[in-house]
Amino acid sequence: MIAGLTRLVGDIGTAEELAQDALVAAVEQWPASGVPERPGAWLMSTAKHRATDLIRRRRTLERKYEELGRDVERGQAGEDPDTAIDEEFGDDLLGLMFMACHPVLSKDARVALTLRVLGGLTTEEIARGFLVPVSSIAQRIVRAKRTLTEAHVRFEVPSGSERAARLASVLEVIYLIFNEGYAATAGEDWVRPALCEEALRLGRILAELVPTEPEVHGLVALMEIHASRLRARVGPSGEPVLLLDQDRARWDRLLIGRGLASLERAERLGGALGSYALQAAIAACHARARTAAETDWQRIVALYDAVAELAPSPVVELNRAVAVGMAFGPAAGLDLVDALVGEPSLKAYHLLPAVRGDLLRKLGRFEEARAEFERAASLTENLVERELLQRRATECAAERMAG
Amino acid sequence: MRVLILAKEGQQSDAATPPTPEAMAAYQKFNEELIKSGVVVGAGRLTPSAQGKRVRFDGKKRTVIDGPWAETKELVAGYWLWQVRSLDEALEWLKRAPYDGGTFEIREVSQYEGA
Repeated sequence: MIAGLTRLVGDIGTAEELAQDALVAAVEQWPASGVPERPGAWLMSTAKHRATDLIRRRRTLERKYEELGRDVERGQAGEDPDTAIDEEFGDDLLGLMFMACHPVLSKDARVALTLRVLGGLTTEEIARGFLVPVSSIAQRIVRAKRTLTEAHVRFEVPSGSERAARLASVLEVIYLIFNEGYAATAGEDWVRPALCEEALRLGRILAELVPTEPEVHGLVALMEIHASRLRARVGPSGEPVLLLDQDRARWDRLLIGRGLASLERAERLGGALGSYALQAAIAACHARARTAAETDWQRIVALYDAVAELAPSPVVELNRAVAVGMAFGPAAGLDLVDALVGEPSLKAYHLLPAVRGDLLRKLGRFEEARAEFERAASLTENLVERELLQRRATECAAERMAG
Repeated sequence: MRVLILAKEGQQSDAATPPTPEAMAAYQKFNEELIKSGVVVGAGRLTPSAQGKRVRFDGKKRTVIDGPWAETKELVAGYWLWQVRSLDEALEWLKRAPYDGGTFEIREVSQYEGA
């Protein structure tokens, strides 16, 4: 609804006000007129159960029918009115995605605006999702709208060379939302599935809107496969369960199947070496293994090689080191991790000492491992993750005594 | 949340006559809308109960019962798995489905805690 209104009125602020007007109208009219019958394509996905969209759709439909009626009178129509409306709405939604994820906005602003206007979440829901005060999110959204207006960002679906960069920003925002739900960076919960669900839904919608973009399918594949493990990632008392310790029977086979299908779609479109598709391919290696021991670690190492070539980063190197440790033994992995220890960008990254601790432990160097787990625990903001790391440290101390 | 929609189409589900092209088109359009909106995560249509089998458990005993079965109103003809935010959202969608007969049941999948 807001997408359509934004296209009509040009800015998101006015569109939201109009949306509220429509809600009032719905409350007044529905008891008398009943719920409009016409289904509409994507609109439900944005405003969802919020009743406003029905009214708006009916109005648009009436307007559209009037226009088409005129066309018919002039003998120019040949198009199914529903198809025309669906396409228009699809373009609206896509335009809104591009607008909410415009590079002129900060990442935080893009995320908040996307959830607000595309996910249809309330400011309170977003604030809860990101554990920040409601007023901060409200301010972030107000400022984002102002920035868009001041920068004269146009409501459009970009084309040509601009399109790739802008689409990358949309994908990044969706993935940020997903990750905040999948591995909460702060707070008491290890995962917040509602954010994952929102991100997945936005991804699935986007994949239908731009079906020929391989990276969109790559991202959807990555999110579907990761989401398939959500249930297994949390133990009975809310504690995190890491990938190799998970009960694979609890993985969601339906989501795995969907993820593998999306990955295949990305690959068929020539996108096998896209950043998201590669990460999805790595996730798929785990998804295909019936037990942790059956994991094809050598293939995972090869895929990380490709990721590192595409977008080299210390975090990718760290992940690659884990895979190398699994494929070729902990000593080989440790060599790679040791090379990363001086890396400034990983200085406060808790997973560096966590991985190093893990490899040291496997090599029987329990005292060093214990120190690394302690360090990792002190670096994370996530409370349950901190407990897990502290437990590892205690275990190492016990193993040292036993050994 | 994830919900399972069970389509109990009564007589139609076991009828020999296939749905009219118009009805098929309307159903397809509705289904496409669901997919475009990121709602559908799975779906399937079942063959008539004449081709189905039932297995009844009684202690150690297993009895296989061939279709078709008499209680046509309760026969499931198809299913959807939907990803929605609330039961209300599922209801809003379902009420728009282009059917003119049968009962459709919405049940939340409770085993399911993730996305």
